[in-house]
Amino acid sequence: MVSKSVELTRRNTLAMVGIAGLAAILAPRLSFADEKMVAAEIKKLYGDKTFESGKIKLDVPEIAENGLVVPINVEIESPMTDADYVKSVHVFAEGNPLPGVVSYKFTPACGKASASTRMRLAETQNIVCIAEMSNGKLHMAKANVKVTIGGCGG
Amino acid sequence: MATKPTPRVRVPSQAKAGEMIEIKTLISHEMESGQRKDASGKIVPRKIINKFTAAFNGKMVFEADWNPAISANPYQSFFYKASESGEFTFTWKDDDGSDYVATNKLTVA
Repeated sequence: MVSKSVELTRRNTLAMVGIAGLAAILAPRLSFADEKMVAAEIKKLYGDKTFESGKIKLDVPEIAENGLVVPINVEIESPMTDADYVKSVHVFAEGNPLPGVVSYKFTPACGKASASTRMRLAETQNIVCIAEMSNGKLHMAKANVKVTIGGCGG
Repeated sequence: MATKPTPRVRVPSQAKAGEMIEIKTLISHEMESGQRKDASGKIVPRKIINKFTAAFNGKMVFEADWNPAISANPYQSFFYKASESGEFTFTWKDDDGSDYVATNKLTVA
């Protein structure tokens, strides 16, 4: 934050803006999540375990005109039997004020590991979805959403 | 929100054994994210529904933990494989401690 504000105050165009004003502008941005925060969040859940690709169908719009209501559907390929099913699914947003979006717990009674909801996205960013199978295997998928009008703050 | 959040659930009332049914739920709730500022620049405190659960005949089927990133009037859909007749209980847990509950009967032919 310090380096950022120094850099900006050097610019003539911003010379008129006081440090306090600048801090106020920068402060809300600083609290936003990023790739590292999402990675830390995942590490908290699963440690250093490796993730496989595939099995996850992460359905989000390529372009979301309104960041306040962005539909999301996750579907994980699984027979959903007592022996082999999807245990949990976590969805994270890399560019929101908080990284977490939603966490699901599925049971074999679901018959199909698929769920839809609607989320808020602050800006153009990646959505990360991880799924834990009943046998302990982990899968990961990412998708980028371009957001025209942000859905946080205001 | 001035009015009490009202849940709306769409579940087929009848299904064949082994049939996969989609359950769609919607509840009116502002889902105040705790990130928004009011006109005077103060942050509006967070108040969201943080958990949604679905049980069938008392047995847990599906759970969702919602974060502030979930839109206002949260929508949630998921699937259920019909096996026997019974009743669904859907519960939404609010930050303020209140629970909103909806029940729906399902007849399996």
